[in-house]
Amino acid sequence: MRFALPLGFTALAAAGGLTFAALAGPADDFAAAYAKADAASKQAVALKTQWTTTVATLKSAQAAADAGKYDDAITLAKEAQALAEASIAQAEDQETAWKDGVIR
Amino acid sequence: MLRKILLLGALALGAAHPARAADTVDPKAELKAFRDYFVGRFPKVPLDDFVNGPYSMDAGLRKQWKAIEEFPPYEFAVDKGKELFSTPFANRKTYGDCFPDKGIGVRQNYPYFDAKSGEVITLELALNQCRAANGEKPLDYVEDDMAALTAYMAFTSRGKRFDIKIPDDPRALAAYRKGEEYFYTRRGQLNFSCASCHVQAAGHHIRTEVLAPALGLMAAMPIYRSEWGGMGTTSRRFVTCNSQVRAEPLAPQDELYRDVEYFLTYMGNGLPVSGPGARP
Repeated sequence: MRFALPLGFTALAAAGGLTFAALAGPADDFAAAYAKADAASKQAVALKTQWTTTVATLKSAQAAADAGKYDDAITLAKEAQALAEASIAQAEDQETAWKDGVIR
Repeated sequence: MLRKILLLGALALGAAHPARAADTVDPKAELKAFRDYFVGRFPKVPLDDFVNGPYSMDAGLRKQWKAIEEFPPYEFAVDKGKELFSTPFANRKTYGDCFPDKGIGVRQNYPYFDAKSGEVITLELALNQCRAANGEKPLDYVEDDMAALTAYMAFTSRGKRFDIKIPDDPRALAAYRKGEEYFYTRRGQLNFSCASCHVQAAGHHIRTEVLAPALGLMAAMPIYRSEWGGMGTTSRRFVTCNSQVRAEPLAPQDELYRDVEYFLTYMGNGLPVSGPGARP
């Protein structure tokens, strides 16, 4: 009886054509996407190159997830990650490029 | 994807200058080049008039400003600042006890490099250090009381010429250099540096606003901004500038903000204090 429910659920899922990966569910997919975005965002903060749009997009992603809109939430998390990575690329470029603008 | 393409394009444009500046730090030579650049670009603007920011660039704005100055919107802040400045702390001391010449007519010497702490001390920071030394809680750097105090101190210094010192101390030169780097570094999603607006685009319009030249930019601080409907400190100005280009601002009086104030005020050495100012 202890294993009856999981086994039964697995059988039902297999019958429906679902894979184990899909069983992870959209909430887990969002959590993974958000974790990546959050890590990039934290790196941007450490470099003092954070963009306001990264922060806002991360918040929107979390809000969408809280509302159960996981497709939107995952899209927003990926967008936030892209924004954070672009800000990091900007900081890396500007490490030397700022000198080009100096009035001499 | 589109954002990435736009950013890469903007970065490429920013890196299009043929000659990369040398890595040596020579504040005096840089000050001369800085001043020569603006004087050469705006030959009809008298040198001292650069402290009036957008009003030195646009005749229509100047006319409006002259009318506004008949009843200056910062006058209330000056009065309030005077009252705050002269009101004793709980220990009976006042702000004047913390400053040279009792704090009257000293604005032109701030910020300065403090050899003891190894840091740049701005007027705002000095005011809060004074409060701390006398057992008072610090003021918020972006709120009205700080703006009022600095407005009063600037008012007592009007016409005095900026005389920012960069001592022969590697830490002072490093602070100057970090400020310079911050000033010229592009940031935020819009990929703007301070220089994007106040050097390259000085005198041009952003929507209805005329961008002030970087030369003399700090001379009018603090300012009453019609856009804000109130007074704003230098800290508030820096925070707002960052937000406007979609960069997360630093904390007010962050070391980098103080360094950029050090650099930028030094670039205005020799120009008169015009603060407190009024801006659109």
